[in-house]
Amino acid sequence: MDAFAPIPALIGGGLIGLASAILWLGNGRIAGISGVFGQLLLPRRPALWRILFLVTLVAGTWAAAMLVPGLGIGGPGGQPAQLVSAPAWTAIPTPVWLVAAGLLTGAGTAIGNGCTSGHGVCGLARLSPRSLVAVAVFFGVAILTVAVTRIV
Amino acid sequence: MRPTSFPYYATAAVSGLLFGAGLYVSQMVNPLKVLHFLDFGAIPAGGWDPSLAFVMGGALVVMFVAVRIGRRRAAPLFDRKFHEPAFTRIDVPLVAGAVLFGIGWGMSGICPGPAISLIAFEPSHLWLYLVALLVGSYAGGVLMRRRGRTREAVPAPAE
Repeated sequence: MDAFAPIPALIGGGLIGLASAILWLGNGRIAGISGVFGQLLLPRRPALWRILFLVTLVAGTWAAAMLVPGLGIGGPGGQPAQLVSAPAWTAIPTPVWLVAAGLLTGAGTAIGNGCTSGHGVCGLARLSPRSLVAVAVFFGVAILTVAVTRIV
Repeated sequence: MRPTSFPYYATAAVSGLLFGAGLYVSQMVNPLKVLHFLDFGAIPAGGWDPSLAFVMGGALVVMFVAVRIGRRRAAPLFDRKFHEPAFTRIDVPLVAGAVLFGIGWGMSGICPGPAISLIAFEPSHLWLYLVALLVGSYAGGVLMRRRGRTREAVPAPAE
């Protein structure tokens, strides 16, 4: 199913890096998805490029799945995409679990100014000490969360 | 060049397309794949999936080169300046935000990029998650502005 495949991981990562590089060298903008998404709500921020970026993000995912099917989930012949279910031992309904995860991720990335892309890819590439701390903390806490919830 | 030109918007669109394609090719759109990376408890038993590290590594190498190129230029191609993040201090909001995000990420196996790109495949409950993401982001932003901090509030110091 989702066995470790280093080559698609490296190529996919390279594409994400290239996307970030193009946005930085072309427009001087950080490809930080939480920032692009969250700042849609701020009326005085330039909105059009953010909307365009997010719409094409979805389109790029869809197009890649059509062009290169069968890499895993999505596209013709791929497995259906599924979000996680809440761990049974918690007795929490899955929709409630996912809303909690969304609220925490939204608030956390707004307060900490970034997520896996902004701090993880762009920040680390800029050798930002702030981003290094953020990445170490959110990876560490996510690893702990998986260990505690036993979600997989 | 003004940040409203056709090349400016074309750049944003090409970047979005490549980013989305990268998330599919790397299968970071699959929450289970991310969770199998975060599941360090599986390392001794051999069920651990190191893919995410390869994705980050591949992305970092390319972006690192781009940052070096950018440092030799006064401005990006289609805007007047590089919009460097304004904050450089390691402070409580940075760490607290990363903690909250880490919990949300570990609970779901999705971070904002894959969550939005998953609209392409419409898994059930995705819209619920995305609305929560937007509400959480809004609430976090309000909290930070009440503290008197706005994004890009001060000019970034030269690095």
